[in-house]
Amino acid sequence: MKYFAPSTVEEAAGLLAQPNTKVFAGATDVIPQIRAGRPEPEALVDLKKIDRLVSVQRTDAKWVIGAATPTARLTGNAELAAEFPGLVEAAGLIGSDQVQSRSSLGGNLCNASPAADSVPAMVVNGVRAVIATPGGGTRTLAVEDVPAGPGRTNLVPGEFVVELEVDRAPARTGDAYLRLIPRTEMDIAVVGAGVRVTLDESGTVTDARVALGAVAPTVVRVQAAEAALIGSKLDDAALAAAAAAASAACNPIDDKRGTIAYRTHVAGVLTRRAAVIAGQRAAEKNGASR
Amino acid sequence: MSRIQVSCTVNGDPVDFLCDADGSLLNTLRDELGLTGIKEGCGTGDCGACSILMDDQLHCACLIFAPEATGTTITTVEGLADGDHLTPLQECFLEGAALQCGICTPGFLVAATALLKHNPNPTETEIRYALAGNLCRCTGYDKIVRAVREAAAQMREASA
Repeated sequence: MKYFAPSTVEEAAGLLAQPNTKVFAGATDVIPQIRAGRPEPEALVDLKKIDRLVSVQRTDAKWVIGAATPTARLTGNAELAAEFPGLVEAAGLIGSDQVQSRSSLGGNLCNASPAADSVPAMVVNGVRAVIATPGGGTRTLAVEDVPAGPGRTNLVPGEFVVELEVDRAPARTGDAYLRLIPRTEMDIAVVGAGVRVTLDESGTVTDARVALGAVAPTVVRVQAAEAALIGSKLDDAALAAAAAAASAACNPIDDKRGTIAYRTHVAGVLTRRAAVIAGQRAAEKNGASR
Repeated sequence: MSRIQVSCTVNGDPVDFLCDADGSLLNTLRDELGLTGIKEGCGTGDCGACSILMDDQLHCACLIFAPEATGTTITTVEGLADGDHLTPLQECFLEGAALQCGICTPGFLVAATALLKHNPNPTETEIRYALAGNLCRCTGYDKIVRAVREAAAQMREASA
């Protein structure tokens, strides 16, 4: 195997044009996969020496997070955590402190595990993946359109995610991500649920996003649950309807972490709880623009 | 295939070594540099026995390709003490018998050192979360947590 550490996106794209060449960010999945017997690629391209891929920037319009930025830098960013607490909490759930020094939003997305914690939280915030293409340009995909199935993405050979961008949160908007694991720490989600709501001045939900992880081959956006929340004041009936819609959207596997019935039930419970937290956070931002 | 030359700083000293592209930093530190305090437990980033500080951030050395170390500053358990003068954390592990077989201890010492650097007064809960990436199959963790709390108290007193 060869190792390359380019310093520009263009250089990385050129290296990726070679056959059987792959990119990596934190390698927290790549190295265990190779150890477990997956064939080594001819070459690996380390993205962490490209400044643009390891940075967090805020403008008036959006946040731009380099795809290989360690998640420890997101949890350590007070402004980002204040604006998108659910997204930052989800990123912070990936592995231990040791793993947090390496794990990244781009890696979590492109490893394409159905249980990736940051992905439902990115989906509810409308995060977009900016992708470098072999021709030297870029294209943009909604995060929910990146995974194609377990371990597979809709990126074509030679493409890689450069950065994740998210529009600044509107006023009275709150997000939350909850996951269930059998232990207290260091496990893979049985179910993950992300919810984001925007309230009007009276506390009525004007916009809602719901996304589930670990209950289908890819992240699932649950528009029926969103419809149940919009127009409500997050009352019991609306929360129950959203929970039922979330459970109905599940197509999970049976495994040692949870049965189909259990995952389906828990998806509803976590959706309800995350909606309540998101609503509280949105209400606390009442009046403040962000 | 020609090997890759890497220059970095390890435990305060400039170091050069040759490695393969797919070699792990863990194996390189142990086999090329003789730093056998760093242990391999799982090799997949779950157990923390190979914890090191790289540019002041806590890492599992098993999850790092050796060439990635280029230009970095690395601290292993061997670099914590000042010669024979152990750190308060190391003393508290000894005094509190916070180890049995000892395989996990270097990783715990490095991870707890990282914690106390940015949080000099951690709660028990904070200690347990910060050390969640380090597995110990002997102690049941209680004496480890108590040793970290005691070390934190001693270090706060010394700097007061």
